[in-house]
Amino acid sequence: MSELKRGISRRNVLRTGLAGIIATGVSPLVFSRGAWAQEFCNNPTGSTVTFGLNLPLTGAYAEEGADEQKAYELAIKHLNGEGDGGLLNVLKPSALKGNGILGKKVQYVSSDSQTKSDVARAGATRMIERDGAIMITGGSSSGEAIAVQSLCQELGVIFMAGLTHSNDTTGKDKRRYGFRHFFNAYQSGIAIAPVLGEAYGKDRRAYHLTADYTWGWTQEESIKNATEALGWQTVQTVRTPLGAGDFSQFLTPVLNSGADVLILNHYGNDMVNSLTQAVQFGMRDKQVNGKQFEIVVPLFSELMAKGAGENIKGIFGTSNWHWNLPDEGSKAFTKSFGAAYGSPPSQAAHTAYVQALLYADACERAGTFYPPQVIKALEGFEFDGMGNGKTLYRAADHQCMKSVLVVRGNEKPTSQFDVLNVVKEIDRETANYDPAIFGGELGAAEPVPQCR
Amino acid sequence: MAGFMSRRDLTLFVGFAAIVLLLPILAAPFGAAYPDLLQRFMIFGIFALGFNILFGLTGYLSFGHAAFFGVGSYAAMWSFKLLSLNALPAIIFAVAIAGVFALVIGYVSLRRSGIYFSILTLAFAQMCYSLAYSVLTPITNGETGLRMASSDPRVLDRLFFDAPAGVPVPSLFGMSLSGWNGFYFSAVFLLATFLLAMRITNSPFGMMLKGIKSNQNRMNYTGFNTRPYTLTAFVISGMLAGLAGALLVVTDPLAGAERMQWTASGEVVLMTILGGVGTLVGPVIGAWLIKYFENIFSSFNDNVLSSFFSFLPDGAREVAVTIAGKFVGEGWHLSLGLLFVLIVVFLPGGIMEGARRIGARFGRPRNGSRVGRQRELSPTAAE
Repeated sequence: MSELKRGISRRNVLRTGLAGIIATGVSPLVFSRGAWAQEFCNNPTGSTVTFGLNLPLTGAYAEEGADEQKAYELAIKHLNGEGDGGLLNVLKPSALKGNGILGKKVQYVSSDSQTKSDVARAGATRMIERDGAIMITGGSSSGEAIAVQSLCQELGVIFMAGLTHSNDTTGKDKRRYGFRHFFNAYQSGIAIAPVLGEAYGKDRRAYHLTADYTWGWTQEESIKNATEALGWQTVQTVRTPLGAGDFSQFLTPVLNSGADVLILNHYGNDMVNSLTQAVQFGMRDKQVNGKQFEIVVPLFSELMAKGAGENIKGIFGTSNWHWNLPDEGSKAFTKSFGAAYGSPPSQAAHTAYVQALLYADACERAGTFYPPQVIKALEGFEFDGMGNGKTLYRAADHQCMKSVLVVRGNEKPTSQFDVLNVVKEIDRETANYDPAIFGGELGAAEPVPQCR
Repeated sequence: MAGFMSRRDLTLFVGFAAIVLLLPILAAPFGAAYPDLLQRFMIFGIFALGFNILFGLTGYLSFGHAAFFGVGSYAAMWSFKLLSLNALPAIIFAVAIAGVFALVIGYVSLRRSGIYFSILTLAFAQMCYSLAYSVLTPITNGETGLRMASSDPRVLDRLFFDAPAGVPVPSLFGMSLSGWNGFYFSAVFLLATFLLAMRITNSPFGMMLKGIKSNQNRMNYTGFNTRPYTLTAFVISGMLAGLAGALLVVTDPLAGAERMQWTASGEVVLMTILGGVGTLVGPVIGAWLIKYFENIFSSFNDNVLSSFFSFLPDGAREVAVTIAGKFVGEGWHLSLGLLFVLIVVFLPGGIMEGARRIGARFGRPRNGSRVGRQRELSPTAAE
């Protein structure tokens, strides 16, 4: 015992301990110095390049996330020259060769964002820091998209947003490293207001139920402004928590408020639940102010329409894209998606697929993965053939400008997928707006931040 | 027991410090050696250590510690927005605000003990969560989460220099705190917290807390007023939760309401129980294990699995992937739950009990564990 004690005297413990602490403190700095040698974050040096898919596989938007994942897997197959090539054949102009990106085979890593901003950021950081993702893409909630977008700006990695509809994503929270193909709430307002005016008249009183986060807020604002310009009044706007599940406490006051239109600024499972409950309350059979009570869902998709079943029939909304559009691009995408998974793609799947292709194409045109060059290639890029007609990636706010669809729940569906009718296609000029109205600042592309 | 700490404590601390600082190398074989996860290891280690000061020493099971964690996050973020991008004022501010919250909530909740105390803390935490999520959205920005903007006032910084261009990021006197810097910054705080927890455990105050845990009535009958002690422990652990929340904002500048939800409160309870209630190292190990599961197991998708099972023939591989797929990816909760059940059933003292049993099995002649236990039971010399 005593010998042992002498062997490890306190001084020795202290000395070796301190030496150890200093050595270990310094060594990672030595290791990480190598990181500065690469000119930008996750420069792919091998024969592969990695996409980071950040998808909500659980939570209120899980179904959209699952559909996006299928679309990304399909896009990566097509980029690598497997399968039928999908939209690679119809994108104009296209620099894609079907041999990966810049000759490197595309692979992916994924993370479940749980429809939570915190988790989405942790997942994206992991994919960038550990898995070496060159680009982050995906997401089905604007909260996530905005959180991840600002993270990507800090780390110097390009973010190709998935389904995000908030005005803030390319408005006050826009970022140089973030790009959005999906349309936004403001454009929904432009598109849907004339149709609503035609169908329901100029003298209506609207009651809003709104998902309580950035997307809900901006959509409520946009739709409120658009309908008020029409002559409608807004009775009340009520915020509901995201993923609430039960909306009966919010629906009960609606009928006594004197409103004759209920506007549901909900998405995903939330919209399926709130609409179903509203219909169960008998709202669609009521007469208020001598008019038929109506429900409007400003943004909806075929996944939600399928979830809501009977209840969606005759309800107006807007969509980014629909699988039964007649153009070549839509047909080609629906065909290869259907062949792979046995169901037509949703608008979430479409925007995800297109974003993956656009990133790859921009890298090919830039001839490098260096983010500032890729950003330059994407900014102001005009293309066609992806299912939305002629589309422009606007340089001022990184928002894709393209046509917007007004859709309506199909009264007589011929199959379980035939749930929506396209009522009207609003062209790009009409859906256009001045990027300055939302403020915000893109920030600089260079110097490229170092991610480690 | 002269001097600052006993030799045994010193060895423990040096060993712990060495492991923590070596993590970037030690965690590499497990695929965990990247800054973000290691930062979380440090931060949730602090959270669990702080929680253990209350739960492990006094036996009061709080189900609302995530509230202090979240309050710390929001306070730090507001300090970044209003005062300065420097991390130190943010941390001081966050710890102070979390302490105030803990004092108020603790003062009310500690009037009851046992299950009633747990329910009270849970109720307060859920209240804080709802406030942050939907009522106080001007302060917390609700579900979207609170972020910094280049247009924030930051009065302290403006006194000394003009706003730099680009995205504002937290710093320490000009040194950026993302990536590995953030890890070492948090590691320093984890080590300090560890030292503090160790000192508290071995102090007369710690003895008092343990006395409360073993028999509060007897403590009362011997003439001690126990409430100030429990309240102090509650506030200390609340402040450490606030520190952890602030560090999370320092390393990843976004404060979201989800981190205040009851699941987050439950998570820290799990961490502590998994690692070993009342031990020093246990809660940290529990925190690391849960964060590892959350970040690594959830990242295994079918592609990763099929390359893992690539040695199997085609049909068997798909079966293996399907079965294993239920336990990883979005099913990581399932594996964590199973692990938790196993540990609670077979090792009620958590992983630390397992370590102790293994140590006893392989017969260390110094029977250090028994010495340790005796020391815990007998009053220390310092008293």
